[in-house]
Amino acid sequence: MANTRQIKDRGMNVFFFCIATASITILFMISVFLFMEGLPIFKVVSVKDFIFGSYWYPTSDPPDFGIFPLIIGSVVVTILSAAVSIPLGVMSAVYLAEIARVKIREIVKPIVELLAALPSVVIGFFGMVIVAPFLQNVLDIPTGLNIFNASLMLAFMSVPTICSISEDAIYSVPTNLKEASLALGATHLETIVRVVLPASISGISTAIILGMSRAIGETMVVLMVAGGAAMVPASIFDPARPMPASIAAEMAEAPFRGDHYYALFATGIVLFVFVFIFNIIAEHIAHKYRQVGEASL
Amino acid sequence: MERPLKMVSNHLHFYYGDFEALHDISLEFSENKVTALIGPSGCGKSTYLRCMNRMNDLIAYSRMEGELLLDGEDIYAPSVDVVTIRSRVGMVLQKPNPFPKSIFENIAYGLKVNGVKDKSKIASKVEKSLIRAALWGEVKDRLHDSALGLSGGQQQRLCIARALAVEPEVLLMDEPCSALDPIATQKIEELIHQLKITYTIIIVTHNMQQAARVSDITAFFYMGKLIEVNYTNTLFTRPKLKQTEDYITGRFG
Ligand SMILES: Nc1ncnc2c1ncn2[C@@H]1O[C@H](COP(=O)(O)OP(=O)(O)OP(=O)(O)O)[C@@H](O)[C@H]1O
Ligand SMILES: [Mg+2]
Repeated sequence: MANTRQIKDRGMNVFFFCIATASITILFMISVFLFMEGLPIFKVVSVKDFIFGSYWYPTSDPPDFGIFPLIIGSVVVTILSAAVSIPLGVMSAVYLAEIARVKIREIVKPIVELLAALPSVVIGFFGMVIVAPFLQNVLDIPTGLNIFNASLMLAFMSVPTICSISEDAIYSVPTNLKEASLALGATHLETIVRVVLPASISGISTAIILGMSRAIGETMVVLMVAGGAAMVPASIFDPARPMPASIAAEMAEAPFRGDHYYALFATGIVLFVFVFIFNIIAEHIAHKYRQVGEASL
Repeated sequence: MERPLKMVSNHLHFYYGDFEALHDISLEFSENKVTALIGPSGCGKSTYLRCMNRMNDLIAYSRMEGELLLDGEDIYAPSVDVVTIRSRVGMVLQKPNPFPKSIFENIAYGLKVNGVKDKSKIASKVEKSLIRAALWGEVKDRLHDSALGLSGGQQQRLCIARALAVEPEVLLMDEPCSALDPIATQKIEELIHQLKITYTIIIVTHNMQQAARVSDITAFFYMGKLIEVNYTNTLFTRPKLKQTEDYITGRFG
């Protein structure tokens, strides 16, 4: 009897091992494929000219393969959207967890979580049809499809995730810590800023990472609302062409295994590295703030 | 009770929703005296203590009736600033609750939120408070380590030091020794003896010997009611009521 159970157990181990290996192998193969299809461009253009070249004219003759404007587009849009989504998400979380009455929290929290499910194409559509004309009229600029709009839309994609997960972290800060602070004569605000937020910083940084990772490689929104100009932007109200938008827009028309095709894959490599670095930094920050003891998440 | 009255509760009722946790409590606390609150679990001792620094304000479905006076002023009056009350009435809880910060920061916190900015003043107050709480010798070389690395008993004395640093006038202690070993307990009892020179102390305890050792006055609570209050000596040797006698002699059923 014991023998069949042991065999079963061993069978299970092998089964899970195979599944895990399969998923990792497939992901690994995709990366290999990405590099195989991207690296040949560097026979045509040097790595330095590719990354720092300011002209992206892949279809002109002779073509220019400089993705610097694309990189800048991605970086600026990401930073700007983080600058909007982090304060918005965390402050809403503070409100829900610490200030709002129980009833309000019980109603609003599920709604926020529902918003996280909005498909990106819907958000892109909203940015295109509502926000863009509004920006154009109010600010009197040539186009409302620009970095600012794209950042705003990306921020709206991250806010629900950041808010919901931060709220969990803040809400789970033990009551006796808050009471200790209040009992010493701290105000509610001082307690939030100096005790509650530091005690939940590990959960909040996880929330930020998860929220931003939804926005950072996002294609549809930037394709629809960033404006698509492959130039180094001079202001946040200029249009831009972040890397994912460039890849998605041009892949269909790039001749198979031509230079343009290789260049787009190489852009994919750069994006990959970009996201990879973001994840490492995020991991590092989350780790740094991870606390021992009951206040950690 | 010859000394001036520090705190007075007049006909205090307290409700959690519909449940009346405290029923008509009238009690006086003289300055520089230690008052022990005793009674079986669930009789409302903690609730009463938490009324005195308005910690129950945080419980949304609760309600208080009656008066609580601090130096003759009602601390529940609409014009009163609750933050000021809480810095005048300090509290130490049963379970140590240090902030996840360094030992130094734990004590400096109360000073900082009360507007002390001078660094050297903060440092000397931190040292003084740790000395008073009998913890200085054990932590003076690791002030900047996390307070969560201290033992339970050390954490409790840290919480006492933290409460002392803001120099409250009244110190509320809710079973401060229940998590401590006999040596740490003794240290805290000695501390209470010293502290009563400057503070008015109200302590909840389940330990009859401790109540007898540290307090001047003892109040016996039962099921949300104040049953008997007297000088500790008298209450423990000649209780007036049978209920009190049964409880202090352990024949409580
Ligand atoms: N937050 C709360 N909500 C509802 N009821 C509560 C709450 N806190 C306490 N109670 C109830 O009020 C009564 C008094 O509780 P309290 O904590 O004051 O008792 P206690 O005398 O301190 O007991 P112990 O010795 O076990 O600490 C109990 O019946 C308890 O169930
Ligand atoms: Mg209690």
